[in-house]
Amino acid sequence: MVRDRDNDEWIKSLQAEGPIRESALSDLRELLFVGLKSALKSRSDFIDPMLDDFLQDSLIRILEALDQFQNRSRFVTWATAIAIRVALTQLRKRQWRDVSLETLVADTNFEPEAASDELAPDRRELVEAMYHVINTQLTEKQRIVLLAEIKGMAQEEIAAQLGCSRNALYKLSHDARFRLKQELVLVGFDSKSFAAAFNG
Amino acid sequence: MPVTGEEIQLILNVIRDTQAVEIDCDVCLMQVGEFAEDRLAGKPIAEGLKAIEQHLLICPECREEFEALCEAMNALENPES
Ligand SMILES: [Zn+2]
Repeated sequence: MVRDRDNDEWIKSLQAEGPIRESALSDLRELLFVGLKSALKSRSDFIDPMLDDFLQDSLIRILEALDQFQNRSRFVTWATAIAIRVALTQLRKRQWRDVSLETLVADTNFEPEAASDELAPDRRELVEAMYHVINTQLTEKQRIVLLAEIKGMAQEEIAAQLGCSRNALYKLSHDARFRLKQELVLVGFDSKSFAAAFNG
Repeated sequence: MPVTGEEIQLILNVIRDTQAVEIDCDVCLMQVGEFAEDRLAGKPIAEGLKAIEQHLLICPECREEFEALCEAMNALENPES
């Protein structure tokens, strides 16, 4: 029978030694098993035999991060969030490991004509302005990151292929988005104009 | 290949939701549990969690993880279903 614990007891037990820690680890593993199985069910690339590895890696990450738990949620909720990050990061890596960022970018171009058929006529101006900023105001790396992210490429894989850290990637992505926004606002577009360029 | 209309809209959506100061994925991970518990309890979003809400709008990976966390929490609450 799996026993949940209050937050203090989880932390104390996991920091203890011997049977108290063993029993807490085993209960946490059971709870993460139930949570992860359900969390991953919508991923078609997930199969049950992967769970053992995911759980093993998750427990290591959770134990390493114990001192970052701020007691602002239930402990099990916090631990489950970490386990989901561990599992999905591994699934995304597998999904994207054979895709070359270089090819992805080389195969795509930000040309104003590209999607004009589907464009609502009054939105053509906005999209053309956006392309102009992307092509003239963003750095090569910012353009690559923006493109790779809208293609859904895993952040971990983008960072690996660019040879930068996840934090550096986040900064590149933020700088690209923020620059784009600032430039578009400068030429007269506001948040409302970004809402629906395509009538669908 | 051209960028598709759907992809252009994706860019416009993230531009709309981009803020000068944002949190990153690691900060989001540490606090998303509290955000998810409040959401599942139907509570309004606390001031201190607005940055999480914004991050989930602009980061598809953290959004996928948040949705997965809600699934997991439901399964843990109702183990037999
Ligand atoms: Zn994120």
